[in-house]
Amino acid sequence: MIKLGVPSKGRLMEKTFEWFGARDITLKRTGSEREYAGAVEGAEGVALVLLSAGEIPRELAAGRIHLGVTGSDLVREKLADWDSQVASLAPMGFGHADLILAVPDCWADVDSLEDLDACAHRFRGTHGFRLRIATKYHRLVREFLTREGVADWQLVDSQGATEGTIANHTAEAIADITSSGETLRANHLKILSDAVIHQSQATLFASRAPIWGGHEAAMSQFARQLGVDLPEL
Amino acid sequence: MSDKALYRASAARLLEAFLAAGAVEVTPDILQPAEALLDLYGEDIRARAYVTTDPLRGEMMLRPDFTLPVVQAHMAHGAEPARYAYAGEVFRRQDHRGPARANEYFQAGFEIFDRADPEAADAEVFALFSGLLSGLNLKATIGDMGLLRAAVDGLDTLPARKAALARHIWRPKRFQHLLSRYSGQIATPAARADLLTGQRSGAPWIGLRSRDEMEARIADLAADAEAPPLSANAVSAIGALAELRCPADAAPAALRALDIPTLEPAIARLERRLAALEARAIDPAGLQFDASHGRSSMEYYDGFVFTFSAADPSLPPVATGGRYDALTRQLGQGDEIPAVGGVIRAGLLADLEGAA
Repeated sequence: MIKLGVPSKGRLMEKTFEWFGARDITLKRTGSEREYAGAVEGAEGVALVLLSAGEIPRELAAGRIHLGVTGSDLVREKLADWDSQVASLAPMGFGHADLILAVPDCWADVDSLEDLDACAHRFRGTHGFRLRIATKYHRLVREFLTREGVADWQLVDSQGATEGTIANHTAEAIADITSSGETLRANHLKILSDAVIHQSQATLFASRAPIWGGHEAAMSQFARQLGVDLPEL
Repeated sequence: MSDKALYRASAARLLEAFLAAGAVEVTPDILQPAEALLDLYGEDIRARAYVTTDPLRGEMMLRPDFTLPVVQAHMAHGAEPARYAYAGEVFRRQDHRGPARANEYFQAGFEIFDRADPEAADAEVFALFSGLLSGLNLKATIGDMGLLRAAVDGLDTLPARKAALARHIWRPKRFQHLLSRYSGQIATPAARADLLTGQRSGAPWIGLRSRDEMEARIADLAADAEAPPLSANAVSAIGALAELRCPADAAPAALRALDIPTLEPAIARLERRLAALEARAIDPAGLQFDASHGRSSMEYYDGFVFTFSAADPSLPPVATGGRYDALTRQLGQGDEIPAVGGVIRAGLLADLEGAA
């Protein structure tokens, strides 16, 4: 069976079910409300695996599932050289969120990466340590700032309530996912004008692990049903 | 012999040659305190080094290179002049797949701390490496990070602009962006213009950075906005310098042709270095000169830089090195000493020797 990993709860799960439903494939949870078991109707040889969205990248890379739906941000963050480990089959058009850099709104002199870089240099000179950026997206933020040639910053890990770190003096800037920007505004933060690190959306990925032997025919049939091009895996 | 034993033997042979050249062996720990490395390299080192924690010593890193501990040891209790050698494994995290991406490999290195004659020391290291690597038909490239620095220092503009450019010599993208901004090729963003007419946010003040820090920067931005743009000639001369590549014997004349007056002392240093290489029977005509060599590699090289590479472009350089005077200043707490050195990838050398 081709194992299809799907987020196990919430809006992401519902939207995923709708996306497959629009392609005449019914995904559904079975058993009790609390039981993470599921079924696939309308496609041959495909089994549903309900997982936490955050674990789907790792399960794909390890080859424990063949296909998986998760945010493109999570795949890029959690998998080194992500496109050598998984293939993106289809952006699904929901779960949109941008990974952005934000600073205090009161910093009238900081609007761009150029400003952030200059500010970080002065901050280090004044305070004796690099300007701190709180985030849980370490790989994406580090690669972005390195590529953009920004210096004198450091990352501090923040797994939640990241917007509060600045007021608490544990960071000077943050990098986080936002869709409406409301939480940022409520915490008196503003988004840098030229620092959208990644525009994320829910995406159907396929594992590039060597697990496809014997599944080729079922997979091409499934891809035809979904209307997606199948890359070499 | 297994590959690993072969590589270890190759490193030991190199170490012996360095000791025969007058070096003292140093044996830095494999576990290094992370703080000094982070302070020197910035967050980027986390992507390249293995970090672990010690319950008493805090964050530690598996030795990503030898340079930092060798400089620390010398600055703490070294006598001058000094020649050091070392051999052992270094550890590099790899975020990307590929044939040349070993995460654990042998390095053998040689470092000179000597005030007397920097160009002679440059030539001594280069000639020693060249001798040890002869017969493998490697391509040698040299450069000098001091040239771009001298060109920046010679610009007719605000000291703050020169400092900003000098800070980003190692980050070509940001360097180019600043040059474009200072020469008026990129228009001042609307947000900057609003700021300078006095626009401020109504948001409450939060965070560790103070309002005074912001106002100090705004005052500097106002001065910057008043400054005349860099001339197109100055910008194109720096661009031409950054792109200069030629046989090393032709480099001094090519550099003089750029007509950047402040370059002259750096060109004179290059000429002394080339003469010192010739005195050690290295023909400059056989070396490639690249004025941007070392720009996108590690930030601590600030003068002479060199690389020996195999023909296969997928392989990492067999040997790299250069001068890092500023690093000794940074780690010396008031002391400094001119320093130059380099490392050879002992395993790669053994592979190439095996294939030859």
